[in-house]
Amino acid sequence: MSNSNRNLKRIQSSLVWRYRAEKAFRWCGVVAVALGLLAVLALFSDIIIKGKGAFFATYMQFEVTYDQELLGIDNFADDQQLIIADWESLYKSALRADFPDVRKRADKRKLYALVSDGTGYDLKARLLADPKLLGQSEIIWLLADDDIDTYFKTLLDGNAYTARLTDNQVEWLEQLDGTERMRLQFNANFFNRGDSREPEQAGIKGAVIGSLLTLVLTLILSFPIGIAAAIYLEEFAPKNRWTEFIEVNINNLAAVPSIIFGLLGLAIFINFFHIPRSIPVIGGLVLAVMTLPTIIITSRAAITSVPPSIREAALGMGASRNQMVLHHVLPLALPGILTGAIIGMARALGETAPLLMIGMVAFIADIPGSFTEPATVLPVQIFLWADSPERAFIEKTSAAIMVLLSFLILMNISAVWLRKRLERRW
Amino acid sequence: MQANDVFFLLMGLSALAFYMGRGRSLEIAGELRGIRNLHSLPNYYGYYTALWCGLPALLLLCLWIIVDDPVIIAVVMDSLPGEVLPSNSVEHTLLANKINNLAVGVLPSAGQSEVLISAAQQLRDLTQLSRWGMAATVLCLALIGLAWGRSFVAAKFRARQRVEKVVQYALFACACLAIFTTLGIVLSVLFESLQFFKSVPVDDFVLGLEWSPQTAIRADQVGSSGSFGAVPLFVGTLLVSVVAMCIAVPVGLMSAIYLAEYANRSVRAYAKPALEILAGIPTVVYGFFAALTVAPYLRDLGESFGLSVSSESALAAGAVMGVMIIPFISSLADDVITAVPQAMRDGSLAMGATHSETVRRVVIPAALPGIVAGIMLAVSRAIGETMIVVMASGMAANLTFNPLDSVTTVTVQIVTLLTGDQEFDSPKTLAAFALGLMLFIVTLILNIVALQVVKRFREQYE
Repeated sequence: MSNSNRNLKRIQSSLVWRYRAEKAFRWCGVVAVALGLLAVLALFSDIIIKGKGAFFATYMQFEVTYDQELLGIDNFADDQQLIIADWESLYKSALRADFPDVRKRADKRKLYALVSDGTGYDLKARLLADPKLLGQSEIIWLLADDDIDTYFKTLLDGNAYTARLTDNQVEWLEQLDGTERMRLQFNANFFNRGDSREPEQAGIKGAVIGSLLTLVLTLILSFPIGIAAAIYLEEFAPKNRWTEFIEVNINNLAAVPSIIFGLLGLAIFINFFHIPRSIPVIGGLVLAVMTLPTIIITSRAAITSVPPSIREAALGMGASRNQMVLHHVLPLALPGILTGAIIGMARALGETAPLLMIGMVAFIADIPGSFTEPATVLPVQIFLWADSPERAFIEKTSAAIMVLLSFLILMNISAVWLRKRLERRW
Repeated sequence: MQANDVFFLLMGLSALAFYMGRGRSLEIAGELRGIRNLHSLPNYYGYYTALWCGLPALLLLCLWIIVDDPVIIAVVMDSLPGEVLPSNSVEHTLLANKINNLAVGVLPSAGQSEVLISAAQQLRDLTQLSRWGMAATVLCLALIGLAWGRSFVAAKFRARQRVEKVVQYALFACACLAIFTTLGIVLSVLFESLQFFKSVPVDDFVLGLEWSPQTAIRADQVGSSGSFGAVPLFVGTLLVSVVAMCIAVPVGLMSAIYLAEYANRSVRAYAKPALEILAGIPTVVYGFFAALTVAPYLRDLGESFGLSVSSESALAAGAVMGVMIIPFISSLADDVITAVPQAMRDGSLAMGATHSETVRRVVIPAALPGIVAGIMLAVSRAIGETMIVVMASGMAANLTFNPLDSVTTVTVQIVTLLTGDQEFDSPKTLAAFALGLMLFIVTLILNIVALQVVKRFREQYE
């Protein structure tokens, strides 16, 4: 009796500890999940806060006179003269007209630096699109330099960043701002232009097109081959050592670090087959080789999930094995295969490391037009911008990340939608 | 005529062949009254003819494209007079390139010697000839194949079996591509590594304590010792991976346990996909986050405690890498934990164990092989991860175990050695392949061991 009483006491006192441990364990779990979610939140909010500014750019209002004499040409129809014409003088004279007190050469240079370096080209394009403007003057919003852009955006937030400006420049800007001649405008350049050394001129269109071309090639190569391999392994392969060897290979390839595929591309495709560097063809090849195992594995899973009764019914009706697979199993497995393919493509879209090896990391300002023109892709563009020393590239980088993430989210949502919509439960 | 024009013509011809073969079979069927008297469906006769038309011609086309450039350049070089021919192979290649550039028009012909200009002209002519020759032979072969394939079409001909055989071979070939990929990886890294090990002994590379791959161009150059001791890189990689694992394993494992064992249905339905978002974020984004947000934050935090934290610390890169790996571990662990049969939990609870005791003493031991395998796969992923460390950790190879210092990793060095312009067979570039070989071997071993762990120790409950 006393023995069992003692035992009961011991159990009861230990129960307090055990319940406490239970609670602590549970809280550890909650904290772990919360930490993970916090990381998601921190990542997204950090990027959105850093990058939202890039969708707007600072513009300044000036009166520009399209004066033929300023340009230094006498015949507007002559292409040769258009090339050598002094387009920059158009906005320079406009700036001088607004700030007539600026006399010294050094000061003038600072004054011209308020406006983006590419403004001359922009004005040229504008004039060529509408030749009637020649000899006229118009009030126009000019794109500001990246330092001015940073200044103006921080000014709007209440704490102007003037470290990269001279006192004179700040004074001029305050004057412009005081007369409501500075404003933020939607940054269309960011979506319409290729890369540039000037942050305010740089855009992601080149990288997006490059990504698209590369991805199309990846899909064309890896999707049919992946499905074919999966069909062979699931439906036709005899159970022997060779088949087992193939399977082991595929599983290992799926776990090989992506940078190794870059080495493969460099050694085999570039140095052995002499495919030129930096073009979407080589990027597509490397990414196709990289995504192939993923697509094979997901396709196999989709094919196994088709119930054997379908196969038996088809064979029973006199179909050959090929017909059974192509007419019955494959169409039923297709939603699963497509979902896997989309997820594989999303991975390929975000992949950077192997592309660095095969020269897609070059600075390319032109927008690629075909599979054989030098191109860069969105993640590599992000990498390049993140490495740039200019402060204004931080917000460009974050904005490019936002674009990349929205593509990825779109792809993943469509994969989920496809699965929900088309998948059949047996 | 370009190769892709020939390709599209060939595709068109094959389509034509399909209709001709099919038409022929229907004709035969008409004589026999009804296609049930044919052995195969008419389409199969069409496919059969199309295969005969397209396949041999396509193979010839590929072969031609592969051999024609080297053959033409060899012919041109042979026809050069002996005095312009250089003796060694490097200059031989240079001269060939020069002629090629002349022929394409990249190099202006003004100021070049007569011999070269005529060689370029010959090259141009031969290329032109080869293009037309290719088009003619390929299309001829296609037409012969068409006629040949069509001549087989007969009522008793087993077209379906033949076509299916070809399809099966094609499927088999696709499956074998995986082996060729592995072979390609092994050969490419092994071949270049062997070249590297000719100039740098293996033990110097694997055991050397100093890494500074700048090789001297001149003998008296400063700061170009050119030593290839990879131990600092291995230590750096290990350090970053250990930091990553210290974050990913507890957080990943505990969140998997919580979501699988404690959380109710609705929490699980939202929290699990939310965590998996982390797995879908590209590594370059993590790299940006690590380099521009986490690293400066940790540096400032360290300063406020009086610690000197490098702005490229292993801690920042490792921490962000750990965050990246959390969903990897949690989803793998979740799978194995949910695979543990409910009866085991019920048994433990019935014996009076609390829920956490059940998890710790029964569920986790039962799921352990799977969890260990998952962690090993995660380690292999951390070792091979590139972008985060390229962007957030340093270039200098410090041999240190302090996570607050800047270290460099194997993958960072591969990227730095191979991006930018350099000749291909200097030890500097070849070193990258040797590092790649190490990386490949280590990750391969980790993967194989992980699979073996699962195979060997998994207990079959049902």
